[in-house]
Amino acid sequence: MVEAPLLEMRAIHKSFAGVPALAGVDFHVAPGEIRALVGQNGAGKSTLIKVLTGVHRRDAGTVLFEGHEVDFTSTQAAQDAGVATIYQEVNLVPYRSVAENVCIGRAPRRFGLLDWKTINADAQNRLAELGVKVDVTRPLMEYPIATQQMTAIARALSFDARLVIMDEPTSSLAEAEVTVLLDAIRRLRDSGVAVVFVSHRLDELYAVCDSITVLRDGSTVADASIAELSKYELVSTMLGRSLTESERTGRHAGGIRATDAPTVLQATNLRRAPVLNGSTLDIKKGEIVGLAGLLGSGRSETARVLFGADKITDGEIRMSGTAVNFASPRDAIRARIGYCSEDRKADGLIPDLSVRENLTLALLPKLTRRGIVNRKRQTQIVDEFIGRLGIKLASPDQKIRELSGGNQQKVLLARWLCTKPDLLILDEPTRGIDVGAKQEIQSLVSDLADDGLSVLFISSELEEIITSCDRVMVLRDGQTVHELDGSAITEEAMLHAMAEGTSTIEPIDGGQLHA
Amino acid sequence: MPETTTAPSLAPPSTPTRRRTTSNGAALAQKYGAGALLVGLCVYNAVFTPNFLTAQTLLDVQLRQAAPVAIVALGMALVIAVAGIDLSVGSVMAIAGQVGALTLLSGAGPVAAIFAALLAAAVCGAFNGALIVRYSVQPIIATLILFVAGRGIAQMLTGGQLQGFSDPTFQFIGLGRFLGIPFPVVLMVVIGAVLWFVVRYTGYGRTLLATGGNESAARLSGIRVGRVKLVAYVTCSTLAGLVSLAVISITSASDANNVGLGIELDAIAAVAVSGTPLSGGRISVIGTVVGAVMLRLLQNTLIARGVSREVAQMVTGAVIVLALFLQRRTH
Repeated sequence: MVEAPLLEMRAIHKSFAGVPALAGVDFHVAPGEIRALVGQNGAGKSTLIKVLTGVHRRDAGTVLFEGHEVDFTSTQAAQDAGVATIYQEVNLVPYRSVAENVCIGRAPRRFGLLDWKTINADAQNRLAELGVKVDVTRPLMEYPIATQQMTAIARALSFDARLVIMDEPTSSLAEAEVTVLLDAIRRLRDSGVAVVFVSHRLDELYAVCDSITVLRDGSTVADASIAELSKYELVSTMLGRSLTESERTGRHAGGIRATDAPTVLQATNLRRAPVLNGSTLDIKKGEIVGLAGLLGSGRSETARVLFGADKITDGEIRMSGTAVNFASPRDAIRARIGYCSEDRKADGLIPDLSVRENLTLALLPKLTRRGIVNRKRQTQIVDEFIGRLGIKLASPDQKIRELSGGNQQKVLLARWLCTKPDLLILDEPTRGIDVGAKQEIQSLVSDLADDGLSVLFISSELEEIITSCDRVMVLRDGQTVHELDGSAITEEAMLHAMAEGTSTIEPIDGGQLHA
Repeated sequence: MPETTTAPSLAPPSTPTRRRTTSNGAALAQKYGAGALLVGLCVYNAVFTPNFLTAQTLLDVQLRQAAPVAIVALGMALVIAVAGIDLSVGSVMAIAGQVGALTLLSGAGPVAAIFAALLAAAVCGAFNGALIVRYSVQPIIATLILFVAGRGIAQMLTGGQLQGFSDPTFQFIGLGRFLGIPFPVVLMVVIGAVLWFVVRYTGYGRTLLATGGNESAARLSGIRVGRVKLVAYVTCSTLAGLVSLAVISITSASDANNVGLGIELDAIAAVAVSGTPLSGGRISVIGTVVGAVMLRLLQNTLIARGVSREVAQMVTGAVIVLALFLQRRTH
C-alpha cells in the first residue's frame, strides 16, 4: 500500500448558500486499498462524495485522479473516468433482469440487436467473480438487496471502475449478507481496485478497511492506518471529544432523585431487522433517560417501536407493568406516550397548516365534539402553550413553516405536552435550532420531569446527554450495551461503550461481527 | 382571442408607466386568478352579450350548466387534498345512472332509485379507497381501473340498452326549482357550503389537510390516515353519483356511453385553476366552484361568439395555464 494514490483530493472547499459544508478536506486512496470514510451526520461525507462523483462542483481545492487533475462536471463524466458509486438504496432498474442491469448502457450488440447470449454470459461471469451465483435472466427485484448490491458492484466493474465508492452499503443488510458483501469488497481490493467504504458500523470498518479518514465539521481530523487507531480513539475523534476533558456530572448527580419511583416503561430485548438487535431500557416516573449511540445504532428505531410506529419482531414492552403491543401511534397516544420525531420536516410539521392546527393535532380527538372542533377550547390550549413555551410568532393562525426552527420545535413539543403524556420520547429535540431555544427546551424538559413526566431523551451530543439525563442507555449496533447512572455518566464512559461495546448488561446474542 | 384577455395584468407592460398602473390589478389577479378571470368574462359578456345579466341566462344557463362539473370537482378537491386523484368519477356516474334508472324502471320509486344510485357510487368509491389505502396502489392507477372498466360494468347492467323512464318526481333533481332557483344550482351551493364548513370547522377537515400535507406526521400524531383517505374517495364517488341523477333526470334516460363522459378532466381542471396543487394538503372550496363556473362560462362565451370547438378547447387550455401562472407567485 505504498503505491501512489489513485485519487488525491486536497483542501476541498464547498459551501451551500454561504454555509460551508466542506472547509478544507484532504482525502486520498490508493489502488488495492480499502479506505473508510467516517464522520457524524453533517460532517461532510456525502458532500465530499458528491464533489468527487460530479454531483456538486467544488468551490476550491484540487482533485487528482490517476495523477491528472480532474474536474468532473457530471456523474457520467466521473463514471467514464472510472469512478463508480454504490449507494445504500440500489439505483438500478428493478424490473429488468440482473444481466441487463449489469450491462445497461453498454450492452453488446450484433447486427444492431442486443446480443443476449453475450450479455447473460458476461453478467454471469462478473457476478461469479464476486462469489455470487444467481440466474441472471430473472428480474433484479426478485433478489434480496444484498444481491442487488452485488449486481451494482458487477456493473461498476463492467465499466472498468478503478475507484468504487460504497456509501453505507451494509445499512439495510442482514449479518450473513454483510459477510458476503465484505468478501466481495476484499476481492475488489485484491484485483487492484481502490475502495472508499462508508459505514457507521465500527466492527465492519475494522473487519475490512486498511485505512481510515475521519471528517468532522467539514474538515479532515484524522487520516491513519486502521491498525493505528483504536475504536475508542476513532469515536472520540469523530465526536470531537478529547480524552482529557474533565468529567461532568448528570442532572441530579448526588442522589436527589427518588430511586424508588415506579417504573413507567420497561422494554426488553427489542428486535426489528435490520437495525434493532436487542434494545433494552426502562424509565421510571419523573426520570429522564438518555439514549446514546452512534448514527445507525438504533436510537430512532427504538423510539419508533416504543411509539407503535414500527412493529417489533421480538421482545417485550411493558407500560406500568402491563405488556402492551401498539398497532399504531394512535394506540401509543391513548396509552399516554408522546413522540417528537428526529426529522421535524419529514415526520413532524404539516407545513401548510397554521400553528394552531399543528399544535393541537394529536389532541384533536379530545377537542372534537360531534365532529366539530371546539374552537374556544382550542384557542385556550394554544394560547396557554404559546405562553408557557415562549413561542415567538405573529399569530397562532400563521403557517408553521414561517416560524424559525426553534419555534417550530417548540410547537411540536407543545403538540405532545398538551396531550398530558406520562412518557415523552424526544428524538434529537435540539438539533438544528439556535442556542437560546436549545437551552430553553432543555430546562423545560428538566422541569417537566421534576413534575413527574418520564422522558426518553435521544441525542447525538454527548454533552447534552450528560447535562440533561438522570440515566443513560448506550446502544451499539442495535443493542443496548451499557447503562450509566448519575455521576457515572461521563463522555469517556459513553465513548467506550459506543466504541467497544463494554457491556454491563448480559449480552443477548453472540452473533456479532468481530474484527 | 383578444376578448378573453380581459384580466388586467395580461397586456404586456410596454412602458414603465403602464406597468405601474397594472400592478395593483395584477396583485389581485394573482391572489384570485380564477376569480379574476370569471369577473373579466362576466364584464365582457355584460357588455357584448345581449340579455346576459338576466336571471334566466345566469341561473338557468350558466350556473345550471356549471353545477354538475362543480359538484364533481368538489369531490375531486377532497381527494386532491389527500394528495390523490380520482379518474373514475365519469365511469362511476355511468354506473350510478344505470343503477338509478333500473331501480326506477323496476317500479321501486324515486327515493329508492336515489338511494340505490348513491349506494352504487359509494361502493365504487370504497373500492378505489381500498385499493389505495390497503394495497398501496397509486391513486392514478387505482382509479384508472374503474375509469376503464366502469362503463363496461354500466353497459352490462342493462345489456347495452338505453334506459328511458318517465317519473315527474324524479325529474325534480335535474329540472326542478327551489325558491325559483334550478335545483342543481341549489345542490351545488348546499354541497359547497357543507364542504366549506367541514374543511373549516370539523375534526375531519383538520385530519384531511394534515394527511395530505404530511402523511407521516399525521400518522405519528395519531390520525387514522387510511380512514381519512377512504372517506375522501367515498365522498368523491358519492357526489359523482348524485350528479349522475341530475343528468339522467334531465333527459329521462340513462345512457351508459355518455353520462359523465370526460367529466373527470373538467373536474380536475376546475380544482387546478383554483390554485390547489395536486401535491395535497390544501383545498379551496369556493375556488373550486369559481373555477368550474369560470371554465363553463368561458366555453359558453366562445361558442356563443361562433368560435369553433377546436379553437375553444385550445383557449380553455390556455386559460388554465394563465390561471395557474397568475397564482403561481402567491404560493
